Amino acid sequence: MEFLRPATWSEALGAKAELPGALPLQGGTDVMVEINFDERRPEALLDLTRIRELAEWDMTDGRLRVGAAVPYTRLITELGASLPGLAQASRTVGSPQIRNRGTVGGNLGAASPAGDGHPPLLAAGAVIEAESAARGVRMIPVAEFFTGVKRNALAPDELIRAFWTAPASGPQYFAKIGTRNAMVIAVCSFAIALHPAERRVGTGLGSAAPTPRRAPAAEEFISRELDWDGRGPLRESTARRFGELVAGAASPIDDVRGTGDYRRHALSVMARRTLTWAWNDHTTALTGKEAS
Amino acid sequence: MRVNVTVNGSHEVVDEVWEGESLLYMLRERMGLPGSKNACEQGECGSCTVYLDGVPACACLVAAGQVGGRDVRTVEGLAEGPPGDERLDPVQEAFLETGAVQCGFCTPGLIVQAHDLIGRNPAPTDAEIREALAGNLCRCTGYEKILDAVRLAAERTAAAS
Repeated sequence: MEFLRPATWSEALGAKAELPGALPLQGGTDVMVEINFDERRPEALLDLTRIRELAEWDMTDGRLRVGAAVPYTRLITELGASLPGLAQASRTVGSPQIRNRGTVGGNLGAASPAGDGHPPLLAAGAVIEAESAARGVRMIPVAEFFTGVKRNALAPDELIRAFWTAPASGPQYFAKIGTRNAMVIAVCSFAIALHPAERRVGTGLGSAAPTPRRAPAAEEFISRELDWDGRGPLRESTARRFGELVAGAASPIDDVRGTGDYRRHALSVMARRTLTWAWNDHTTALTGKEAS
Repeated sequence: MRVNVTVNGSHEVVDEVWEGESLLYMLRERMGLPGSKNACEQGECGSCTVYLDGVPACACLVAAGQVGGRDVRTVEGLAEGPPGDERLDPVQEAFLETGAVQCGFCTPGLIVQAHDLIGRNPAPTDAEIREALAGNLCRCTGYEKILDAVRLAAERTAAAS
């Protein structure tokens, strides 16, 4: 095994082009587990932690560009107000030590169906900035990024540079089922984002299908049903129907963490509850409010 | 490969490090620093918690090659004073006094994590203590005396400052 330590982004892209089998390494919270347990022996590790700009974020033309290596801890402390759904999801990742090291870039690279960062990115409509030395930058909508269990749309010579998303323009929530409050891989998870200016609701499902995915029929239904102008109350039957449509978008498996039936049921409950919280916030004009 | 790293204030050069090796292995097996404990090797237990550039991390999930040029502080680096005449950190003292140590295996990780908490938040609430220690498992104490220790260390740190 080789250990590559590029000092710059262009060096990293060059190294990945030369050695496509090199495994990018950032916080190590996935990669090092596989190495410690002898489950993976890549031809090289490509350590990206020396590339300073990967751990930075900024705002360009009203959109946030968040470097792939910004750890969860900083997403919570620095971006909690502008990305409340992602911040809520970040709080549920592992433990403080894991959140200090783990990153959304690593989450996307691993592309686990259970990754906590994915549902809020789907609900927000984020776009992934990938780059290769040969072809330059490629922008990939997050809904097209996940291609299979632990598979993503990256070419072998590409690296994840950042994700782009607008700061929340409405309430966002994330909910996750697990056995305790820390160190939990989601049994299933759900994210919702209200986009009032577009009269649209975004969704993201985790641990509910081979890949993280949206619930398009549920999004269309609720975007149409909500009283955007009058900010009228949400009918219980509407919230319940939304939950059913979210559950219908899942294709969960039975495994050690839960059965498919349980996951579908839990998704419908989480969808109904998070929609209710989000609509309450919207109607009381506490947009972008974060749950603690 | 060779790794140049500062550990507990001392600059070290470590040779023949395997490319897939963890920081934890390098500390324990190559540098004579067995304070950080090796248990789960997957970030679940927190027993190997160390400071990396001032931020707590599980040493089992950091590749040794990633710490080149960086600053590591282990539980061995918390006491102050010359070798043989060290003065324990208030967090260490509090763990001893309150009986927060039974088998002791989880203790180094808990002490580093509690040390970080009190450094950032000198008057943590019980909820904040529990949240900060959520990634550190103890199978002996039931955690109550660990909470006592952190409260005591926080009180003393606040009183001393």
